[in-house]
Amino acid sequence: MLEVSNLHAAVDGQEILKGLSLEVPAGEVHALMGPNGAGKSTLSYVLTGREGYDVTAGSATLDGEDLLALAPDERAARGVFLSFQYPLEIPGVPALTFVRTALNAQRRARGEPELSAPEFLKLARGAAQALKIDFEMLKRPLNVGFSGGEKKRMEILQMAMLSPRFLILDETDSGLDIDALKIVAEGVNALRAPDRAMLIITHYQRLLDYVRPDRVHVLSAGRIVASGGPELAHELEREGYDKYARAA
Amino acid sequence: MSLAAAIRTRDAAALPSRREEDWRWTDLRGLIRAVPEPSAPVDPREVGQGAFDHLAETSFVVANGYEPARIEVAAGQAAIVSLRFLSRGEGAHAARAEVRLGEGARLRLLETYEGRGGYLAAASLAIGLARGAVLERIVLAGDDPEAVSVSQAEVTLAPAAEFGQVVAASGARRQRIETRVVHPGGGAKLRLDGVYLLDGKRHADLTTVVEHRGVDGITMQMTKGVVRDQARGVFQGRIVVAEGADRTDARMEHHALILGDRAEVDAKPELEIYADDVACSHGNSIGALDQEALFYARQRGIPEPDARALLTEAFIGEVVDRIRFESAREIVRQWAAERLRRG
Repeated sequence: MLEVSNLHAAVDGQEILKGLSLEVPAGEVHALMGPNGAGKSTLSYVLTGREGYDVTAGSATLDGEDLLALAPDERAARGVFLSFQYPLEIPGVPALTFVRTALNAQRRARGEPELSAPEFLKLARGAAQALKIDFEMLKRPLNVGFSGGEKKRMEILQMAMLSPRFLILDETDSGLDIDALKIVAEGVNALRAPDRAMLIITHYQRLLDYVRPDRVHVLSAGRIVASGGPELAHELEREGYDKYARAA
Repeated sequence: MSLAAAIRTRDAAALPSRREEDWRWTDLRGLIRAVPEPSAPVDPREVGQGAFDHLAETSFVVANGYEPARIEVAAGQAAIVSLRFLSRGEGAHAARAEVRLGEGARLRLLETYEGRGGYLAAASLAIGLARGAVLERIVLAGDDPEAVSVSQAEVTLAPAAEFGQVVAASGARRQRIETRVVHPGGGAKLRLDGVYLLDGKRHADLTTVVEHRGVDGITMQMTKGVVRDQARGVFQGRIVVAEGADRTDARMEHHALILGDRAEVDAKPELEIYADDVACSHGNSIGALDQEALFYARQRGIPEPDARALLTEAFIGEVVDRIRFESAREIVRQWAAERLRRG
């Protein structure tokens, strides 16, 4: 699925990722943990092609295809989805319009037929119900005036509807109370599948109690400095990142 | 000086110039060396259909300034009228129209500026609303890119009247849509909205002046613009609240997106307040498309040109949504979508 090899990336000429290598096979959920400033969000932006994040060396492929050569929307059409740490507010564009535009653009790019309005609405109603989102909310401009928790749920709703193959969740648990966290975790777990993979970026182990990872990696100063099973997340929760900060 | 007078007398020295504060950014004197010959009448077979004709019960055409239009809606009556200012050729002409609403009358006025050629056109409108009358004025200003076109409306409201307006302007060599309103207060409500979408070397100037002369008046104003290439947008909004016009509620907003390195927007929102007890505010912003929102849309699979169009349409949509006549609103929305998707 995802293979990142010796990735170096800079923002404003300052190197943030310094030789990061990571493999996430299909069907697995990996967690990426690390102290603030380690480069976690940088990795998510590099993988999705955000402007201003310059790759200076290394590679990133999805099923063997060079991701770094593709535009952000082309990567999305290949199945890369990033759940934003701070989802954007889009005034004037109802959530439904936004998701339908995105879904049909992706389908066009893949040579699939667009969804009809009734098919789309059925999909939207189902996704809203599963995530306990009031369907009326989807008629309002995307994320405008939504609470932090509502915005995160809207990200998971978009994720469910766009049905991506490689999912990156950037600090999806931040700003969620325990009930919202459980709903979000259920939504994420529902997307686990043999032909999908996920990378969960998180500072805390909280979300990992509900979405159990197959592997945990520690990112420090732009490199993976340790990898292990789920127990590594507990160790980090107990002992903090000091040990790894020194190792880097 | 007035453009209509300059056209009548063919005196270029009488053209509005940058020396007048109100015409600083739309300097006709500096642009036009000689006032062209008077325009010839337009062949009636060339008139065709206007963008709003199918919605209107009555249509007026003022072609190259010939035959002033007089639109009257008697007390208690309702009407939907289209008013087309048509310009053809390279000549100069001044058009006039008068619009009168009796007590409690209701009018939807669907006004267009249509042209072909490098003409110099002036249009003057006198609009009067009696007590309790309601007028929704929708202006689609689509002049020729080579033309110079100025429309000036003088609006007089009686207490309890309601005047709503949206101007949708695509610019010209120079295009100016000016609206001056005498606001009596007394529960009269005024809404003055505008949208300008400019590309190439087009120039559009939306100028409004509102004078609140009595207590309890309301003015709500929102103008939004998108400029690209070497286009130039001008917004001048002035709200004057006279001494004693207490409890005036006036809000003015102007927001513009500049989508080209050589495009320009000049804005001058002004509040002049001589009364003590008022609620007045203005907001003004000029900037580029939000890069974060653009990336967000692209990350969800929307290609860049579509993402840009989606975000700019949404930006303009806030103004279009305020039009209180659904079928006309959709025509303006379509007009905006077509212009924005071109870029």
